[in-house]
Amino acid sequence: MTFIKKSLTTAVALAATAAMATTAQAEISDGEVRIGYLADMSGTYRDLAGPGGLEALRMAVEDFGGDVNGAPIQVFSADDRNSADVGASTVREWIDTRNVDMVAGLVASSVTIAVTRVLEEHDSFGIVSASAASSITNEHCTPNHIHWVYDTYPLANGTARAIVEEEGGDTWFMLTADYAFGHALEGDVTRVVEEAGGEVVGRVRHPFPTDDFSSYILQAQGSGAQIIGLANAGADTVNSIMTAAQFGVTEAGQQLAGLLVFLNDVYAMGLEDTQGLLLTTGWYWNMDDESREWAERYYERTNRMPTMVQAGIYSSTMHYLQAVEATGSDDPATVREYMMDQEINDFFARNGRLREDGRMIHDMYLAQVKSPEASEHDWDLYEILATIPAEEAYRPLSESQCKLVQN
Amino acid sequence: MTMIFGVPLAVFMGQLLLGLINGAFYALLSLGLAVIFGLLKIVNFAHGAMYMLGAFATLLGMRYLGINYWAALLLAPLFVGLFGMLIERFLLRRIAHLDHLYGLLLTFGIALILEGTLVNFFGVSGARYPTPEALQGGYQTGFMFLPKYRAFVLVAAIVVCLFTWYMIERTRLGAYLRAGTENPALMQAFGVNVPLLITLTYGFGVALAAFAGVLAAPLYPVSPTMGSNLLIVVFAVVVIGGMGSILGAVITGLTMGLIEGLTKVYYPEAANTVIFLVMILVLLIRPAGLFGKEA
Amino acid sequence: MSVTQTQTLTPSMKRQRRADMRRNAFYLALIAIGLVAPFVAYPVFLMKVLCFALFACAFNLLLGYAGLLSFGHAAFLATGGYITGYLLASYPGLTPELGIIAGTLVAVALGAVFGALSIRRQGIYFAMVTLALAQLVYFIYVQSPFTGGEDGLHGVPRGELFGFISLRSNLAMYYFVFAIFLFGFALIQRAVHSPYGQVLKAIRENEPRAVSLGYNVDAYKWVAFVLSAGLAGLAGSTKTVVFQLASLTDAHWHMSGEVILMTLLGGVGTLFGPVVGAGIVVSLQHVLAQSPLGNWVGPILGVIFVICVLSFRSGIVGEILKSYNKNFK
Repeated sequence: MTFIKKSLTTAVALAATAAMATTAQAEISDGEVRIGYLADMSGTYRDLAGPGGLEALRMAVEDFGGDVNGAPIQVFSADDRNSADVGASTVREWIDTRNVDMVAGLVASSVTIAVTRVLEEHDSFGIVSASAASSITNEHCTPNHIHWVYDTYPLANGTARAIVEEEGGDTWFMLTADYAFGHALEGDVTRVVEEAGGEVVGRVRHPFPTDDFSSYILQAQGSGAQIIGLANAGADTVNSIMTAAQFGVTEAGQQLAGLLVFLNDVYAMGLEDTQGLLLTTGWYWNMDDESREWAERYYERTNRMPTMVQAGIYSSTMHYLQAVEATGSDDPATVREYMMDQEINDFFARNGRLREDGRMIHDMYLAQVKSPEASEHDWDLYEILATIPAEEAYRPLSESQCKLVQN
Repeated sequence: MTMIFGVPLAVFMGQLLLGLINGAFYALLSLGLAVIFGLLKIVNFAHGAMYMLGAFATLLGMRYLGINYWAALLLAPLFVGLFGMLIERFLLRRIAHLDHLYGLLLTFGIALILEGTLVNFFGVSGARYPTPEALQGGYQTGFMFLPKYRAFVLVAAIVVCLFTWYMIERTRLGAYLRAGTENPALMQAFGVNVPLLITLTYGFGVALAAFAGVLAAPLYPVSPTMGSNLLIVVFAVVVIGGMGSILGAVITGLTMGLIEGLTKVYYPEAANTVIFLVMILVLLIRPAGLFGKEA
Repeated sequence: MSVTQTQTLTPSMKRQRRADMRRNAFYLALIAIGLVAPFVAYPVFLMKVLCFALFACAFNLLLGYAGLLSFGHAAFLATGGYITGYLLASYPGLTPELGIIAGTLVAVALGAVFGALSIRRQGIYFAMVTLALAQLVYFIYVQSPFTGGEDGLHGVPRGELFGFISLRSNLAMYYFVFAIFLFGFALIQRAVHSPYGQVLKAIRENEPRAVSLGYNVDAYKWVAFVLSAGLAGLAGSTKTVVFQLASLTDAHWHMSGEVILMTLLGGVGTLFGPVVGAGIVVSLQHVLAQSPLGNWVGPILGVIFVICVLSFRSGIVGEILKSYNKNFK
């Protein structure tokens, strides 16, 4: 019922604003802040953002009070089904027919890159929270989107550097998903490992997706490397970790380094197989009181602990709404400029700052998966080992190929 | 150390063994498809979903009913088999008189429903099923560390395949089945209850898939989508083998596992593709598949 | 003259003439609806419907008129899309129509190869062989650098038609897509009603008889396959220009399943069935994706599939034609 009512009011509001001709009204266009949430709601990436991310977004809107300077906040959502053309055409339609002010979510890199092009073409605004590709604020950067939670650069940088420098893991074997994302991650790791004085002694590129990893794990065992780096994602990572456990990789003295591992992956696999896994994360729900307080509120609504992406969606939406409130405008350039001027510090981001390439840099954390004995309850999964300062974690602007950066 | 094409003999042997284990899965799955195809002439597109259901029944049985692995090995295929029989009785039978392509389309729809529904309840991350205690750990063979469970999978799959072959080739029920494949009308005239035979066959075919699912549960993450990619590979195996022969399905399954295993060593990027390449080659030389009869 | 001619017409010829006139009027009305549609509905959505309608029509040519169920048509859709997208994105001077022609031609070539490999197989074998071949194509597109793999191929310019009509506006783009659709549809319509189409139908109904009458059955089927592949490629090429990107979704075997659903729902072997089916499926996905039922698109499509197969096999247009023929003839 509420849904029907909501869409009715939207429809009425749309009709009204269309009649008014949107020109020089108050600075918030159409007298409403309209947020569209686009994510994979049913496929591979459902659990790391998906419906839970939409709930986080709704939480932010409620906590903000439901309106900005009297202009009500409208939230609508769509499933992109991990398809770039579905995503791009949905956003195009949101812009053309609903005059959307901000697009949130954005998961699969293919969808994100397609959507950001539409956003730029129509001068709208997007906040990318779930995509991994660092190219989103590098060669694919636009003035119309920002990238909030993480990307592949700090994942490789954080995990690989910490392992070589602090754990003494000098020799690496890379297990790489054979597509653009995997290659990029492998390249980043190789560079970091070599800079830190280590060596990549072997690698195997497996097709995406792969059902059985035993052959590749056997090759990794045969290489004699100390560390097996997993440059893959989602089901492939879960699968390789489980297979490694079956083949007694850790007992034999090798260690796994997960380069893109989410809380939901570890939760799904359980601690038996994942214990000791090193990974880099942008946020962890149990890292301090402030995070815990928010996470527990989230848990009450969804019955799951939030991933870093879901927390990031809340955080970024809050900052966006604050910027709209402060500037009294939902114009992309104005909002972005305001956000760039602010220090970003909340339960999610520490020492955060929005750079001119659209990258929000903030402290990242090196974490290790707990052993079953050390874990106190179902969601007690990570131990934070170290903080990677924001300025060191992300790709420096001096290396940027972004058109917005003067080099 | 002896080298085979630049790979140490030990590694080579290990990879062959792993390939054979994967081949055992292909064999089980394509065997079920072949049995169903033989009598119903339907390509069972829901086969991957049934495999997934087998794994899920195992997982949920443990979680909510406390059924252990060994019981699940029997109960999950039974449960999925019964479910399959319901599908045959109430859905497939209604279109049995039509072009068999409709059967393919119907089972495709069923697969969509099953997978999509489970995604909404269990997400896609996949859950872990513990390896049964008796099969934890592994053997340190001369050339590799072989987890006990994988060795068990290989043996169990081959035993079930042989059992199926024996059932079909050497028992009265199997004789009915083969006769029903050749001429159902005549069988009916001899007083054999052909519709019941068909229901049982479909149930048995999907039970084989579910059995593979149970075997897979401790190996791979149990997720609603685990069957959909595998299905396509198994289809290729079936095309290569030719759909007529039971033995053909088993032999081709194991062989394709081996070929894929070797590809993972020499050219891992092509591991998913090699089966389709073999398929095209086979089709060029023998359009009905290796063991198939020319129509 | 005309008076005497009318007098010589038999009643059945008159009926035929009246039927022709009615059909022409019907076509004209539909074209008129197509022309005003973008002022009523959202043009990008309409373009998507038209692209998928063309894709489904191409598929239907094979299933409905040659009796061949291909489970690999996604390969042609994707090939058209990737080739066109790659060419237009890499060579800025190229006009969209040339890009589309190139994409279509490559799809035709691919269709010729696939057809040669699969056409001798029948029924289920044919479906499986086409499926497996399409999987091979899928893997190639995942691997090839030019497709952008998982990220997809982005930034395809809509460009200027014939070098001087800008397609940036949705309206201009719509009419271009509409023209392409009409071309494809007319081609299928002509093919189906030509002597060639009659032979094709004869083969579908009774292949051994067609062989005994001396027809080269394989050649007829192969031509249908290539034509169908080319039109599917045309749909993919056009879609790429509309959305300015090409992605792996179009190559995935789920897409091959979706086009079967569209055709089945609308009516196999009817000219308009695939158009109606594509319209319904695309609208359904569109509406569901933005509703609270968004997570249930897959199961809902599955249920429609099952219902169609069980009790609705002639599809929407098929059922309408049936009841029309029963009540008005």
